[in-house]
Amino acid sequence: MNTRDYALSLGDDALVAAQRMGEWIAAAPQIEEDVAVGNIALDLLGQARSLLTYAGSLEDPVRTEDDLAYWRDEREFHNVHLVERSWGVLPERPRDFGVLVARLLVLSTYLCELYDRLSTSTDETLAAVAAKAVKEVDYHRDHATLWVLRLGDGTEESHTRMQAALDAEWPYVAELFDDAWVDPTLVERGVAVLPSTLRDPFDLRIVDVLARATLHLPDVAAAVGGGRRGVHTEQMGYVLAEMQHLTRSHPGATW
Amino acid sequence: MLTIEDLGILRSVDETDDGLLVTITPTYSGCPAMEAIRADLLAAFRDAGRDDVRVEFVLAPAWTTDWMSDEGKRKLEEFGIAPPQPRPRDGVVALTLSLRCPQCGSPDTRELSRFGSTACKSLWVCNSCAEPFDHFKAI
Ligand SMILES: [Zn+2]
Repeated sequence: MNTRDYALSLGDDALVAAQRMGEWIAAAPQIEEDVAVGNIALDLLGQARSLLTYAGSLEDPVRTEDDLAYWRDEREFHNVHLVERSWGVLPERPRDFGVLVARLLVLSTYLCELYDRLSTSTDETLAAVAAKAVKEVDYHRDHATLWVLRLGDGTEESHTRMQAALDAEWPYVAELFDDAWVDPTLVERGVAVLPSTLRDPFDLRIVDVLARATLHLPDVAAAVGGGRRGVHTEQMGYVLAEMQHLTRSHPGATW
Repeated sequence: MLTIEDLGILRSVDETDDGLLVTITPTYSGCPAMEAIRADLLAAFRDAGRDDVRVEFVLAPAWTTDWMSDEGKRKLEEFGIAPPQPRPRDGVVALTLSLRCPQCGSPDTRELSRFGSTACKSLWVCNSCAEPFDHFKAI
């Protein structure tokens, strides 16, 4: 595991999260929210482009961001399971807004802590990407927090559904803080952040938001991870099929 | 005309041994305008007789609305976009109380949506003249 692998994994998190969020455009409960989720996905896509471009530049021969996004197969993606999952809690509601809000809160809170720390990485490129991105995910976190407060401390229906959405997302939180995939020498050299060290500040933030929203921290077992090793849930295939089919149907096409 | 220099996107222009090097920085990581700006720059230089131009993107230091010139802010307001306010210092909580309506000048305005037509803007509405307007968010 080297700097390329590290940048690639972080880039895959942002790329797959952005791709999934795109499903909400024109499907959110308000037109303002269509715009919001579109903008958030665009920020994440921008972060993914920088990270994948950097990862590809460290390969020999060099690969572009497009090579990496469109021409890798499922086992070569290293994103966490959290970002690849579909949006449903119940089969009859395959796209639940509560799940979007819960995932946005988890992801943006984690990314705020990660990018903040990574902005002082000894790797200049990672530091520059992170210093830019931290301003963006900070705004995403504010947005998610407003919705969690509004839904959690709203009606009985919104409260119940917000809690159910948090419970559904929570098994996938632990994988974000798993250290196993990060080479300790990268951490020692100040290139990478040890994921477990982000857990305490993450929990502090989350506990505060949930308390104000009259919600409780889910007490559920962690799911079996594996995303960092390229082992994904069955839902990953659908994400990649949609993201990659155009490029693979018409290789080399431009417009 | 609002220029990329007014917006603080243009970072430097240098004569190098192998031609002119123009360095620009994106407002947001995913700013889709960057490719268009690069193409426009190359076309403008070509029209001016220079075809030895490279345009490079840099991320550090990260762009901030503090780099926008006063002239740039004035022009934004002329176009109906409320310019960014000065950024709070580190450790100070950002709080946008109210913006002046770029159409009628009223301070009686409210935020409609935290996200607007592009990543760099939020959507506001004026309570006096009832017109909506974009606000360039301070970052
Ligand atoms: Zn007005």
